[in-house]
Amino acid sequence: MLKILKNRMEQGYRTSPYPKEGITLPERYRGRPEVNAKAPSHLVKRCVESCPQQAIDGKNLRIDMGRCVFCGDCERISEGKFVTFTRDFGISVAEKAHLLTDGGLPELAAHSKKHFKKLFGRSLQLRQVSAAGCNACEADLNVLATPFFDLARFGINFVASPRHADGIVVTGPVSRNMRTALLQTFEAVPSPRVVIAVGSCALSGGPFRGSPEVSEGLDSILPVDLFIPGCPPHPLTNLHALLNYFK
Amino acid sequence: METKFLEISHSTLLAREDLPLLSFEDFREGACRIVEKGGQVVHFFAFMEKERPRLLAVLRTDRLLVASCEAEESYPALTLRCEPFHLFEREIAEQAGIRPEGHPWLKMVRYHANERGLADVFGNDYREDIPGNYPYYRVEGEEIHEVAVGPVHAGVIEPGHFRFNCIGERVLNLEIQLGYQHRGVEALLKGASSRRLSLLAESIAGDTSVGHGLCCAQAVEALSGLTPDEGARVIRTVALEFERLANHIGDLGALSGDVAFLPPASYFGRLRGDFLNLSLLVCGNRFGKGLVRPGGVRFAITDEIRKELNRRLGELAPQVSHVIRLLLTTPSVQARFDHCGAVSQEDARKLGLVGPAGRACGLAYDARRVFPTEHYGRIDIPENAKTGGDVHARAMVRAEEILQSLDMVKALLNGPIVTRCVENGDHALTPSSFVVTLNEAWRGEVSHCILTDERGGILRYKVKDPSFHNWNGLSMALRNTEISDFPLNNKSFNLSYCGFDL
Repeated sequence: MLKILKNRMEQGYRTSPYPKEGITLPERYRGRPEVNAKAPSHLVKRCVESCPQQAIDGKNLRIDMGRCVFCGDCERISEGKFVTFTRDFGISVAEKAHLLTDGGLPELAAHSKKHFKKLFGRSLQLRQVSAAGCNACEADLNVLATPFFDLARFGINFVASPRHADGIVVTGPVSRNMRTALLQTFEAVPSPRVVIAVGSCALSGGPFRGSPEVSEGLDSILPVDLFIPGCPPHPLTNLHALLNYFK
Repeated sequence: METKFLEISHSTLLAREDLPLLSFEDFREGACRIVEKGGQVVHFFAFMEKERPRLLAVLRTDRLLVASCEAEESYPALTLRCEPFHLFEREIAEQAGIRPEGHPWLKMVRYHANERGLADVFGNDYREDIPGNYPYYRVEGEEIHEVAVGPVHAGVIEPGHFRFNCIGERVLNLEIQLGYQHRGVEALLKGASSRRLSLLAESIAGDTSVGHGLCCAQAVEALSGLTPDEGARVIRTVALEFERLANHIGDLGALSGDVAFLPPASYFGRLRGDFLNLSLLVCGNRFGKGLVRPGGVRFAITDEIRKELNRRLGELAPQVSHVIRLLLTTPSVQARFDHCGAVSQEDARKLGLVGPAGRACGLAYDARRVFPTEHYGRIDIPENAKTGGDVHARAMVRAEEILQSLDMVKALLNGPIVTRCVENGDHALTPSSFVVTLNEAWRGEVSHCILTDERGGILRYKVKDPSFHNWNGLSMALRNTEISDFPLNNKSFNLSYCGFDL
């Protein structure tokens, strides 16, 4: 008992003051990308050609945050003259078209469906389905339950049964072998229900895009309400999305 | 008998014409003898040589040995004589359509059609959903009941199917059927441009991004003649240890949660995040994605970052060791961990268990010590072998490795680290070559193997995650264990679904 108390004292209070207070991520964290429309065309071309995810639209000067894995190759190649990654982790969107960005993103809270806020604003129960996720997205969703993020203080929980859930949170590029299980889980959630796609794989197939074994994104299978980009999204990106979309 | 297998070095290019090409009889005899004398299988797979299939085996004793042979459409299974080949032969049957005759457990591995368009060994046409023709092992009897779990599990975890055959609470057999996570990784790696290889490798298993990323980078380096500088080797070693620390700490927390001892579960949960944040500080990604690239690292550890890492480690290390002590000295935890889910050393050897799961059964093998890469050749890695083979032993191995890793990274971060950062790029690979790389990631031996064709394209990219060896260990641990102890045993192994499914 004394050992438990001693450890408790040492651990202290660890819950983050976010969202009441802002939080700054380390310098090397790559969040919302910003595009410089005046970048020299040879730099743009080099970035387009070397992007391992083909996530750069060189004509309209946009980054596809659905495909992007935030590796930062383009920022390094252009030495920040074409693309820079800011430390802004609030990068989720409610419409797929908004994933194509020059750096400006619409206010997420303004694009959420009003009835969702009314229905789920005080209590939101989610069922997570990993559909061929590499366990990075899953891990950074799981971490929301730890004392630092303490998701439950917002009335949001991950639950075991889809029957108890208000929606599903899907990670992974949806493999052929997980498709039926995913659809069955979705069907088991009572309506009205929310579908949240987390991570580059769920948004576009991610690094696995092009494999005949996976889909090109969850929205090709189910209607998606909330898109959370990243590889994986930082836990704060997930938290920001849930709080802004539902609260 | 003199072995006809060739001794090779890991991460070193070998011309494909120097790969021994044996008759099937010599191949089988040689491979079985090496394994019967205590060797283990690192790789055993099929590849196509001018439209003709060949089998290739990489085995390990305290050395690495390789040989190949021409493959017929079927051959007498090696598993009949030598158990460690069991899952590899099933994989060959699935990937290349080659039937191991007499194989005692010939079931699909990941549920996909073979790449050669041959008749399916398992009689599946893949119009039906997974698992197709899959005869689950069944125990018959009046009081026997079956419990089926998954693919979608209760927590935020990956999918897989578990089939328990029980009498009352006692599990007689657990069959683990996977394949739901199959993304076609090896085919993607084979067809990818070299600038996409690292990205793909880091996504094989996100919790082992650095382990797989390193194997890939070392293989590309061997094939393209790149040599990382000493600073990069140190940073890569630190990154692999950060990965080990975060995962082991998270798993001890989960073990604590599964025996309903909540304080360490909460503390370790938070501490795990703090270790992921060390990787975030170094490379901008909590899982170390984007750090390791062929030729070195993309991010240096500057003195400023090094000091911050040391400051945080100085704060975290005592907390970690105190919570470990709290967990492992609490009698109610010991009562649950001790003798739970024991795997004998003999079974572990036959299954080819690696990593902490193997060490908990007394198999001391650690790739960091036996086949050192990066900076490990200059670090003294202890043996960490235990004898119990139970949950307690697996927890003890993790705990000891956490404390050792903390000392390692503190020593590595003691002085300035100088490296010239590299960029992700295209690399010309040496044609007609072969390379195998191994690293001890947190779950055990990760290994990649690349064969290049005459034009420097990738002929075959073979990936092996430690979970490929260890899932059957979990199955064995559950024999005669109470079904309510499954979560605890599962967490003590914490294996990768996607690493297995590829």
